[in-house]
Amino acid sequence: MRHVFSVRVGPAGFRVGSDWRAPVAALEALYAGYPKAGIADFTVRLEAARPWRRWIRPSVTIAGDYMLPDAVPLALRHGLLAAEMGMNLQMALGARRWLLLHAASLERDGRALILTGASGSGKSTLAALLGDRGWRLMGDEFALIDLANGVLHPFPRPVSLKNAAIALFDAARLGPLLAATPKGDIRHLRPNADAIARMAEPAAPALILFPRFGHAAAERPVAPSEVFVRLTQASTNYVALGEAGFDALTRLVTTLPARAIDYPDADSAVALVERLWAAA
Amino acid sequence: MRWALGARTALKRVPLDMLTACFDRRSGMTHLLAAPAPELLAALAAGPADIALLLARMGIADADAEERAGLEAHLAALEAAGLVVRA
Repeated sequence: MRHVFSVRVGPAGFRVGSDWRAPVAALEALYAGYPKAGIADFTVRLEAARPWRRWIRPSVTIAGDYMLPDAVPLALRHGLLAAEMGMNLQMALGARRWLLLHAASLERDGRALILTGASGSGKSTLAALLGDRGWRLMGDEFALIDLANGVLHPFPRPVSLKNAAIALFDAARLGPLLAATPKGDIRHLRPNADAIARMAEPAAPALILFPRFGHAAAERPVAPSEVFVRLTQASTNYVALGEAGFDALTRLVTTLPARAIDYPDADSAVALVERLWAAA
Repeated sequence: MRWALGARTALKRVPLDMLTACFDRRSGMTHLLAAPAPELLAALAAGPADIALLLARMGIADADAEERAGLEAHLAALEAAGLVVRA
């Protein structure tokens, strides 16, 4: 490929090749301060849909070790999003060393908080806010549960902020505005220096929360069987891992408290998390 | 009718609360089972049995015909899920 970007995020090394300079330049800016990957575990290729589409109405097709055959190409102005989606895809479909949960995670005092919920539940925004309020951001997209001992490995990629959440954060750490993507307006927030510097430090999970944005503040306990079902749905590789995945997930579910929380705004969410964390 | 576990070592059971998570090593499938399915599987772990022997193993002395038919229906459902077989 003409242009190449290399980065290590937590335990995974990525190599992103691109037909164009622009997505690689955007990645270099967004991932300033991250280490380079020695040997890449995953490769992503951003390719022109047709040779001439490098120049004419350029559009990006995501390719790599693992691919979705019917993914629609993105416009070149959304090349950074294509790179991020490609990296997520490689992890989601290719990772076998950990149980992957579609979840945000944070650490305090050596213990980890897991935030999981459907897209739009606000977990990324909440994780980013907590990451600047005394917590270490471990990741906003995937929680990596170690199959051998159940610890959670950091995967602190830039946080994908959407629409109204973008205004809550310092613009100096934000990537370019990706307007009118299929998910709305997106800007990526680079985790703070502490989150990046400690990306090799795992933590033992201590609490699972299922946040839901847009409702009056409320909380309820979630039964282990419901947690089990929701986490199998939130995992991208549970089925592929077989018995190792079952063991990791049942250990998590039977040893951790879990609560569902509703919140109307950022401040009440942070207050709710702090109260539940103190009780956990 | 006698029943048996599909393969005694193939099942891994983890009680969660009202439900028990069950992993079948042969199929790679995960099942979530409610009572009396985990109790029936536990009773069958001692070996193939008919309803009368299963009831004895489960410590139930006074099951009526309707309750026995209910257990048979549960066993048939476990058979459909591939967890028990007719012995």
